[in-house]
This record gives sequence, C-alpha cells and structure tokens, in this order.
Amino acid sequence: MRIGDFHASYRHDEALFDTRVQRAWLGVLLAALAAFPFVGGSYFVYLACLLGIHLISAAGLNIMTGYTGLISLGHAAFMGVGCYTVAVAEKASIPFYLALPLAGLVSAAIGLVVGIPSLRIKGLYFAVATLAAQFVLGFVFREWESVTGGVRGANVPAASLFGFELAGDQRIYFLIVPLAVVMLLGARNLFRTRVGRAFIAIRDRDISAEVLGISLFHHKLLAFAIGSFYAGVAGGLWGYFFRVATPELFGLPLSVFYLAAIIVGGLGSILGTILGATFMTMVPEVLRALVAWAEALGVQEAGVFLASIRQVVFGLLIVGFLIFEPHGLAEIWRRVRRFFHLWPFRT
Amino acid sequence: MDWLLLAEFSLVGLLSGGVLALIALGFVLVYKGTRVINFAMGEFMMVGAYLFWTTHVFLKLPWWAALALTLVGIAGLGAVVERFVLRPLAGQPVISIVMATIGLGAVLHGAAEAIWGGANLALPEILPRKPLILGEVLLPGQVLWSFALAVALIAGFTAYFHWSKGGVSMRAAASDPVTAYAMGIDVRRTQRLTWIFAGVTGAVAGIIVASMTSLSPTLGTVALGVLAVIILGGLDSIAGAIIAGLIVGWLESITVAFIGGQARDVVPYLVVLVILMVRPYGLFGTRDIERL
Repeated sequence: MRIGDFHASYRHDEALFDTRVQRAWLGVLLAALAAFPFVGGSYFVYLACLLGIHLISAAGLNIMTGYTGLISLGHAAFMGVGCYTVAVAEKASIPFYLALPLAGLVSAAIGLVVGIPSLRIKGLYFAVATLAAQFVLGFVFREWESVTGGVRGANVPAASLFGFELAGDQRIYFLIVPLAVVMLLGARNLFRTRVGRAFIAIRDRDISAEVLGISLFHHKLLAFAIGSFYAGVAGGLWGYFFRVATPELFGLPLSVFYLAAIIVGGLGSILGTILGATFMTMVPEVLRALVAWAEALGVQEAGVFLASIRQVVFGLLIVGFLIFEPHGLAEIWRRVRRFFHLWPFRT
Repeated sequence: MDWLLLAEFSLVGLLSGGVLALIALGFVLVYKGTRVINFAMGEFMMVGAYLFWTTHVFLKLPWWAALALTLVGIAGLGAVVERFVLRPLAGQPVISIVMATIGLGAVLHGAAEAIWGGANLALPEILPRKPLILGEVLLPGQVLWSFALAVALIAGFTAYFHWSKGGVSMRAAASDPVTAYAMGIDVRRTQRLTWIFAGVTGAVAGIIVASMTSLSPTLGTVALGVLAVIILGGLDSIAGAIIAGLIVGWLESITVAFIGGQARDVVPYLVVLVILMVRPYGLFGTRDIERL
C-alpha cells in the first residue's frame, strides 16, 4: 500500500519513476516487450508493430494539441512527409538509422512553415489552416510524380543494418517498439523541462504566458516542430513496416484517427496517449472479430456493413468520450488507482 | 488568352459559387449562433439529399411533398444534434467541439452507408436544363437556377435576421448569450433554431448538388472545400460567406479552364493559407479582442 510521497534527496525527487515498485514494473514491462515477438503469434506481433507506430504519432499530436493547445487536422500529412522522405532516402541508399531522423527533420521543417499562421490565429481558424495544409500536402503527394510516384505510390525497401534485412514483422518489431519506448519517455521528460512547462502555460492562456516572459513565437513553433518530428519518424517507420507509400494512406481520416486516439485517451497526458492509441488500434480489430463471429452464426450480410459499422462506432466513441469522460481513459485509470490506494480501509 | 472563354468560365464559376455560398451560409449560421464550426455540415447535406431521394424516388411522392418531408426530417436531426451533442458540450474547449462535430459526421456517414449503400444513386434533374444564351456566352440552365435558388434562400435568411423578432433574438443570443438570457430571450430555443436552419440550408444545398452530379455517401466532401470559403469570408459574416463563395466558385472554374482539373480541389486551400497569413480573421470577420 502506498500512502504518500517521501523524498529524501533531490535526486529522488527528480526521478521520472519515483518508487521502487514503479521501476520494478517498468523492468517487467520492458522484459515482456523484448520477449513478446518470440512468444506472441504473428498476428499479435503485427498489431504490436502497428501500435508502436500509432503511439509515436499520437504522442506527437498530443504534444501539439493536448499540451500546447494547437489543434492539428493535418497530422497524417506530416506522417506522409516522413514516409516519402524515407522512400526517397532509401533510393539514395541512405541507411535507416540516418533516414528516420531525416524523415523527422524534413517533417519538422514543413511543420515550421505550416505553424507560422499559429502566431496570428488560434482555435478554429488555426484548425482550418492545418486542414488546408493536409489537403495541400495530399495534393503534392498525388501530383509530384517524379518524387512520390503519384497515385500509385512509392515502394520502400526493407530497412537493413550491416546487410541484415529488417524484413518481416518479427524483425521490424525490434526497430519500432524500442523507438516507441524511447520517444514516449522523451515526451514524458519534455514536460519536466522549462520548454515543456512553457507549452502547458501557452495552452492554458497564451497571453498570460507571454506576460510571464515566454516567447510565443519560439514555443508555438517549437511545439509544432516537435510534434511534426514525431509524426515524421512514425511515418518513416510506417514506410519500413508496410513498405509502400501512397497518397490516400495519409488522408484526413488518419488525422482524425489520431485526434480521436488522444481524446479517448486523454489530452495532455502521456499515459492517455498510450491508452488511447491502444484502444483505438484495438477497436477495428475487435469489430472485425465480432463481424466474423456474426457471420459464423449465420448473419450473411455482416461483412458488408463492417466499414459503416466501424465508422459509426468510431464517431460514437469520440462523441461519447467528449460528453461523458472528457479527460479520457487516463482519468478512468487515475480513478481506479485512487480507489485502490487506500483499499480496503477506505472505499 | 481567350477573353470570351475567360468570360464564360468566369460567369459559370460565379454562378456555381451560389451553391457554395449556400453551404457557407449553413456554416456561418451555426458559427454565429453557437460558436461552433459544424464539421458535419457535409453529412447534413448528404443526409438531406438521401431523405429527398427516399421520399421522391423511392416512395414516389410529388417533389413538393418530398421536399417538405425532407426539410422536416432534417430539422428534426438538427434539433436532436443540438440537444444531445452540442448542448452537453457548451463551454468546452474548441477542440472538444470540433471533434464532436467530426465524430457526428462519422456517425452520419456510416449510418447513411449502412442504410442506403455505398453505390451512386441518381436524383432526377429538378432544375430545368435549358441554357441561357447571352450573345456568344452560353450559361447552363442548372447552374443558373441553382444560383437563383441560393440567392433567394440567402435573401430570405438575411431578411429574417434583420427584421423578424426571432432573427433579432438569435443575433442577440449569438453576440452575448448571458445578457440575452437576462433580457428574457430563450437562448436554448434560439440555439435549437440555429441548428434547424443550418440543417435546412444544408439539405437544400445537398439536393441541388446531388441533382447536378450524383448521390453517394461522399457527397459531403464538397463541404470541406467550402470551409475554406468560410475562412476567406470570416467565420461570422454572412456577406463574407456569399462573396467568398462566389470567389471560390470563380477560382475553381478558372483553375479547371486554364490549369487543369487536378488542381481544382486544392486551390481554395492554397488561397486560404495565403489569406490567413495576411488577414488572420478573413476578409470580413470581426477580430476578437482578448482580455485577461
């Protein structure tokens, strides 16, 4: 039973995971993650890889939208930029450990350009500006055929390290998942720094933040650049994972998917990012399983309705969480934990 | 450059901007009345067009009865949306409201696909096809009539806002809900009415668009391009929405004529990005003044 915080030294106070129990569980989690591809079935390894990519991208969006308050409806387009960067870099035979950071940087650079209007407009107007960026980038993906391959898309070769090809879900897992862990820890740490706290101050009231001496110009652009960097890296991984980049993959629905993930999980919370992305990745899979089950029971047309059911469920989840649980799954988790803190002495 | 061709495409573009202005009016109504951008506007259009198809083509009712039923149906939908989605979210941050309307759009889109299927349906051509010939310039009849219809509806709404008691109370509730409430205006009623009006304009625009092209669940994607229109005009200006609708209609038509069809969809967004850099609150929108 944990009854309070007791810090005996500054080092202890600063620690990211401050109790021994937390650190032990973290160790268990990492060991489980390392062992997973050898134990889990191929389907679950595939899901884990997909989840890793979604986690990185959702974390980037949460930094922008959840922590800094800049709504982005163009997150998928920045992933697309990363994905195409990787495709081009591989064509120039740049190895993946340089191509992935490059994907992030190119994406961040474009994010900086799109972020410029954020200095003058906010809220709904800014959301529409990012929507415009989404469509303009999608147009570039479709029409700049010499680089992106147009509508047919571009192929991405497998990532390889010293001649060892990271092809197949089981191998690419060891690229995606460690990277996801590192980037999530990075995001968690960001909000213990001056810059991260400035982001939060800007979200809560940007004018007050400016009065306190935070440069809105630097920090809004920086938030956008960091978020786009995450998206770019996730897009690069997407390229190595699916081995193809086509314009319609990175359309508005994917942007909305990530927004939904961070809303369901909890805005402005890394735990929320993890819970939300996991939840939203699982929903289509669970629905598919349910439909297969219904078909086995003799409902003939169940499969036909899968796409529309998915959309309805997706929309209902967004609206339902917004109305009934606006702080998302992270808040539910916190409530459950608080309940067990003093259980069974106080319920 | 061929001046006659330019003139012809300009006129057609301006006229087809009428429908865009009508959709824009739907956005502006909701934004003025409730400070919400209705990302589900396109789905309202789509559902309206489907309701009209069901009553007119499927149940074979005469067009006026079908239209009346459609408008009643869409008004009901607007009222339900206001009551059960937007009212619980009153006072929430912008992102919640944006996402709620996006989620609503997904629900309507999925439901329409489940009910009516994903295939293209055809609405009969309601508007007469007979073109108008002005000297050497030929104007397609449908475009002309849709423009006239849009103008009539927009004029009607503008008159309502200016001179009727209901319209004035809507404007009062929009500019300051608390004061309006204290003066005895039923703010909830005006907000419900706002959504009903938005649904009605959306349905009419949807029927016009569907009868000129074809009807499918993706009909609503037109509306996203129109969002660009709104930003151009400023979110809270009806005059701005009309002018911006005409500008975008003209730009699209000119782009198709002189640059190519692929660029058509992206032009409004490019213009919007530029406008936002230069005039952040659009051409006619009011600038928010913030106090701490």
